Amino acid sequence: MSAYWKANQRRLAPWLFLAPGMLMFAVYVIIPIFQSMWISFYDWDGLGEATWIGTANYVEMTTDPNMRKSFVNNIIWLVLYLLAVPAGLFIAIFLNQTVGGIRLYKSLFFFPFVISQVVVGLIFSWFYAPGFGLFYKVIEYFNGTGIAILADPDLVTYGIIAAGLWPQIAYVMILYLTGLNNVAPDQVEAARLDGAKGWKMLYYVILPQLRPATFIAVVVTVIGALRSFDLVSIMTSGGPFGSSRVLSYYMYETALSEYGYRMGYGAAIAVVLFAIMMVFISGFIWKMWRDETER
Amino acid sequence: MAPFVNAGQFLDVTDVWDGNGLNDSLASAAASMTIDGKKWGVPYTYYQWGIYFNKDAYKAAGVEAPGPEGVDWATFIANCEKFKAAGIDCLTTGTKALWPGAGIFDYMSLRTNGYEWHMDLTAGKIAWTDDSVRAVFAELGKLQPYVTANHAAIDWQDAAALLVQGKAANYVMGNFAVATFKEGGMTNDNLGFMAFPEITPGIPRSEDAPTDTIHIPAGAANPADAKLFLAYVASADAQTKLNAAIGQLPTNKNSTVPQDDPFLVSGFQMLSTAHALSQFFDRDAPAEMAKAGMEGIQQFLVQPEELDNILARLEQVRGQVYK
Repeated sequence: MSAYWKANQRRLAPWLFLAPGMLMFAVYVIIPIFQSMWISFYDWDGLGEATWIGTANYVEMTTDPNMRKSFVNNIIWLVLYLLAVPAGLFIAIFLNQTVGGIRLYKSLFFFPFVISQVVVGLIFSWFYAPGFGLFYKVIEYFNGTGIAILADPDLVTYGIIAAGLWPQIAYVMILYLTGLNNVAPDQVEAARLDGAKGWKMLYYVILPQLRPATFIAVVVTVIGALRSFDLVSIMTSGGPFGSSRVLSYYMYETALSEYGYRMGYGAAIAVVLFAIMMVFISGFIWKMWRDETER
Repeated sequence: MAPFVNAGQFLDVTDVWDGNGLNDSLASAAASMTIDGKKWGVPYTYYQWGIYFNKDAYKAAGVEAPGPEGVDWATFIANCEKFKAAGIDCLTTGTKALWPGAGIFDYMSLRTNGYEWHMDLTAGKIAWTDDSVRAVFAELGKLQPYVTANHAAIDWQDAAALLVQGKAANYVMGNFAVATFKEGGMTNDNLGFMAFPEITPGIPRSEDAPTDTIHIPAGAANPADAKLFLAYVASADAQTKLNAAIGQLPTNKNSTVPQDDPFLVSGFQMLSTAHALSQFFDRDAPAEMAKAGMEGIQQFLVQPEELDNILARLEQVRGQVYK
């Protein structure tokens, strides 16, 4: 035993250190993924007997109007959420200067990311609230009648995304602020001597050096958009009449909520969401792997 | 209750009912506690639904406040027109959580086509595209223009605030809302209660009265004592005390209600003379149908022009739910 250990210590030690993490990851992530896939082939109310129904859940999904609505909303989320990247960059560049009290300004801009998503949702619900919300009152002042964003089936998703962008922009801003610290001053100097300034300086000198920050910003934003659950749940519960549903919330609704007794269908939605996420995640991983091997 | 009973999660308590004379003292709830001829729990409380109204709002709009006997449907709608002219919401609700809208629909359904029809509808025996369903929505359509705008974005408590402030006159709600109205400053003097108006003449009056119940899990370690407790909770004395404390109505017919609470007294009177009691839309209909139905009701209250699409979708869900 001891001899074996001595001979292979260097080979075994990394695995021993990895073991607790891998065990947790397997129990809480990998195995549940396959369990969900398995459940998605059943008709099961979570209490009684489960019946094997093959791909019927997936077939039903193709004609389910709620599913289509959730999917469309997810795409809107994905596209609009990416606005956080240029917006965060803009604020980061704006704040990347040395004037008195800049640390205070930076922390104020960062503030929305520190508070919980639930609180963000509540704040924005009150902001939009018909009758007393600030946003409602301002619109009412200029327009005569206020707009209750969260009661309007056409506007509600945009209203929630706006709430989500608030902390997301702050997050991206912080990523870029750290990135800007690492921009080589000599390159900026050299570019300046060559007569570059304004947009050209930004595009040809600064942005290429910020590529790692941009990559991370896009990754966290895409994933944030796809798992948008908290805000939908807090602000509208998917309403009015399902207009603000996204896949993650619809999954919760069908499988786990007060009226959710369809574990199989919920699991099937989870599998679809997982597949969509996998497209992005494998893309990201592939890019990271390529970058590392090329060096 | 049905999903748990069908999944074998509840203990059969028929012997508690038979051994304690509950079939007589809890007669009004007996039917809803029975599945396959067996009893699966005991009810301990319920409460009435109806229209709560702000008498000050009636005064402000120059409308005569209804007495305990209520008003008829035509008068109610005519009053709504007057409230509208006075800038007051005739009927308020907050459907963010969906169920308050279902309360309005339940009464439309019970008053337009009656209890038996409503039970058939929630049991999936009637097509949502049927003309009888359209008749219900036609009546709801008369009320729709007078319901608080933006109700889809607010909770029932927010709507209660509108009633308390006199910005709204009427509210279809359960009796639990009285506590909220009173916390907001209303008193027995300016808060009124009436049964929902009759719509189709001659239909026996039925009411929404959601009942709360106690059950024993199938795998309980000590069923003997659990049954003893159930028998105690079902007794007239225990229900009198329990319900006086929580401000609701006892299900035991030999219990008494506190005479100084006019809402409990009139609720008790209203329910004990009702033709039948429904449990509420989301309890009478299976979960999936209830969810889709409540969304449809909410959508109709926002977009009445979408009725055809709503009914077609509900009919599609009915085809999937009741197999």
